[in-house]
Amino acid sequence: MLRSQGLTPLATDLDPSRVAPRCAGTVTRALRPFLHGRRGILACLCMASVVLLAPDAAVGGTETHPEADRSLRAPATWQLPSVPQVMRVLSLRDYNTRVVVVGTMLLGAGAGIIGTFLLLRKRALMADALSHAALPGIALAFIVLEAAGLSGKSRFGLLSGALVFGAAGVGAVLMIRRWTRVKEDAALAIVLSVFFGLGVALLGVIQRMATGNAAGLEAFIYGKTASMLFSDAVWIGAVAGVVMVVCGMFFKEFTLLCFDQDFAGTQGRSGLLLDTLMLGLAVLITVIGLQAVGLILIVALLVIPPAAARFWTHRLPVMAVIAAGFGALSGLLGASVSALAPRLPAGAIIILVAALLFGVSLLFAPARGFLSTAWQRFRLERKVGQQHVLRALFESGEPLVQQAQGKPGAAAAAGPVPFAALLAQRSWSPATLRRLLAAARRAGLTRRDGDDAYHLTDAGLAAARRAVRNHRLWELYLLTHAEVATSHVDHNADALEDVLDPTLVAQLEETLAAQHPHLAAATGPAGEGPAVAAAVPPSPHRLPGQGAQDVPAGRAGNVSGRR
Amino acid sequence: MIDTHAATDVTSTDTPAVSRGGLPLDRVPLAVHDLTVAYYRKPVLWDVDFEAPEGKLIAIVGPNGAGKSTLIKAALDLVPRTSGRVLFYGKPYRRQRQLIGYVPQRESVDWDFPVTALDVVVMGRYGQVGWCRPVGRQHREAARAALEHVGMGDFAGRQISQLSGGQQQRVFLARALAQDARLYFMDEPFAGVDAATEKAIVRILHELRSGGRTVIAVHHDLQTVPEYFDHVLLVNLRVVAAGPTASTFTSENLQKTFGGRLTLLDQAAHALASRR
Repeated sequence: MLRSQGLTPLATDLDPSRVAPRCAGTVTRALRPFLHGRRGILACLCMASVVLLAPDAAVGGTETHPEADRSLRAPATWQLPSVPQVMRVLSLRDYNTRVVVVGTMLLGAGAGIIGTFLLLRKRALMADALSHAALPGIALAFIVLEAAGLSGKSRFGLLSGALVFGAAGVGAVLMIRRWTRVKEDAALAIVLSVFFGLGVALLGVIQRMATGNAAGLEAFIYGKTASMLFSDAVWIGAVAGVVMVVCGMFFKEFTLLCFDQDFAGTQGRSGLLLDTLMLGLAVLITVIGLQAVGLILIVALLVIPPAAARFWTHRLPVMAVIAAGFGALSGLLGASVSALAPRLPAGAIIILVAALLFGVSLLFAPARGFLSTAWQRFRLERKVGQQHVLRALFESGEPLVQQAQGKPGAAAAAGPVPFAALLAQRSWSPATLRRLLAAARRAGLTRRDGDDAYHLTDAGLAAARRAVRNHRLWELYLLTHAEVATSHVDHNADALEDVLDPTLVAQLEETLAAQHPHLAAATGPAGEGPAVAAAVPPSPHRLPGQGAQDVPAGRAGNVSGRR
Repeated sequence: MIDTHAATDVTSTDTPAVSRGGLPLDRVPLAVHDLTVAYYRKPVLWDVDFEAPEGKLIAIVGPNGAGKSTLIKAALDLVPRTSGRVLFYGKPYRRQRQLIGYVPQRESVDWDFPVTALDVVVMGRYGQVGWCRPVGRQHREAARAALEHVGMGDFAGRQISQLSGGQQQRVFLARALAQDARLYFMDEPFAGVDAATEKAIVRILHELRSGGRTVIAVHHDLQTVPEYFDHVLLVNLRVVAAGPTASTFTSENLQKTFGGRLTLLDQAAHALASRR
């Protein structure tokens, strides 16, 4: 197959044993300024890949000739790979597998890094437009090469065409956006479809050409990972290295541009220049990846790993490294799987692995993942619900509990509160209230008292005191400072009390101490255990389920005055 | 000092050594001559002439869509000018970048961006750091000091999406302060901030003024203009009036600036008053 494409001479030309040491030297020299600190990782990565690509006599040698190797990789019928096959692939002992795996890993890593910036610049779809724009470039290059009597399969020629047209596609989008009133999404759609249409038309022309040896051009559309040659991998490695080095050098400029383009301008960082550089790198990695995963799927390598990485961190450097790692991992797993099951196209498998990583990130990432946020929401709801129950119990027996403060058994002083009375306190359904009461009982905060009535335990009293106190401080704060009508305070406080952190409570106490001296007196040297020591200020509004006759004398005038 | 109606010759292409107010130009933080900005064919700013006095707090006031933000952005070369000339301390912007700080509108960026508050403030030092160089320790320290200055020292490592609106505004302010400029442009620094932040910003404005810095801020709250600002520039596509707040911020000028809307309000108020 390789021979039929006339590519074998090329492969022997680029004898790995000669190239590898040369590459290693070049890479080391290029990276010397960055070998210190974080960027050393990049250098190590590049060098490791060069070393991996060199065939070593021990496992390699003549036995790993591509042709011989292919028989192992392509069983005639689909069957589960045997254990030795799996081991062979995973340990990268086959030269061919090794080339494909390392090539796709480097492609994934490079795409992940530049993709991070594209994503943050909200230019993810730009990659799609530019990869589709590359197709007419490839077709046109083929036609020109054939017309000139050269081989239309010259990779350099085809990729040059792709490069020129990819850049033209990006330029067209930017120009349409800059000089016309067409919005960016429309510009992207227009450029993508027009260039792709032109490419398809040119492919049709090629089909009818006399030379007609167009087989293989569709590899650029769907990708042909498994036929990656050593020289392909070296090219990919070189481009990925350039992407990593340039992104490392311009890390702070790219960050600034993505975050705040106008401010970048005031710091003397031309947005046009940086955008050109950033998109130029994207064009490079896209064009070099066309053969490997195809123009339809390359955009996925640029977008999915960074999007997945965003779930795991809120630091941009970390995000870039994770995105590169996810990209490389997609390449590794995708190429390995397709080496074991050659019927499955590697490009598609790589993307599916990336999508799997994305799904895992979306679900399980600790801070931003779906499960984590759902769990946090659930806990917040439970906490708010529990506070409501505690407050309802506390307020039901409030005057008596307040009077018994500090004495043993204060919690039980008010006696049990019947379920129906609790239910009347808020607009909750009986089922919700039962669930909340059961949860509070399990937490040891309430006790059930025989005949469907409840009272607080000592621990429950402490917690209730804290909740009521925060709630009322907040109510008072809103009343005094936010000019909120009394009738609306309760509702607002319910929604917001959970945002009260200790420092805000301290601030409220300070603010309110002047107007409410009893607060200041109670919070003096209490230190910890404010739940017991600190006084609970009276509610500024009439409590539900509590008649005027229940209100202590000191507060009666206050409440009725407001009514 | 501020002189918008002067009939002096501004068409000459030579940079005059003296401003129209008679000051040497390198003492004038901002001199705008004949500035016109148009988006497509619709003019947004028309023949704006303005000279900012040094060491003052200057408010740009005008209705929505009057071109207030555009004025700042055109001065900073962020939007193309259709015509006109802008000089900072007598020289064009690209030669004075280091002296000019900028606080954009808070809504102009995506706050769910993976950077910390300190990372954002450090951006104010990039102009001094140079291309492709890592941010040195002295720049990091300067950024940290700026964060402390706006009362956000404890939030240095906080991801910016976890900050409240007022805290985000203070981070933006700190970023401009970290640059240690002589002239600051602020685009609605008081928009949607809490009382604590408003107080902090006012304190910083006063400190900047006593340090001899000039601040030009777009301001929306007409109530607080006389309290916060020394000078005012009333804009509605053109400059309506400019000068010290006491003499310029009059109801007559405001009516000219806000046009029909304020008049309508006045009429409504009159109608209500006469009915009683």
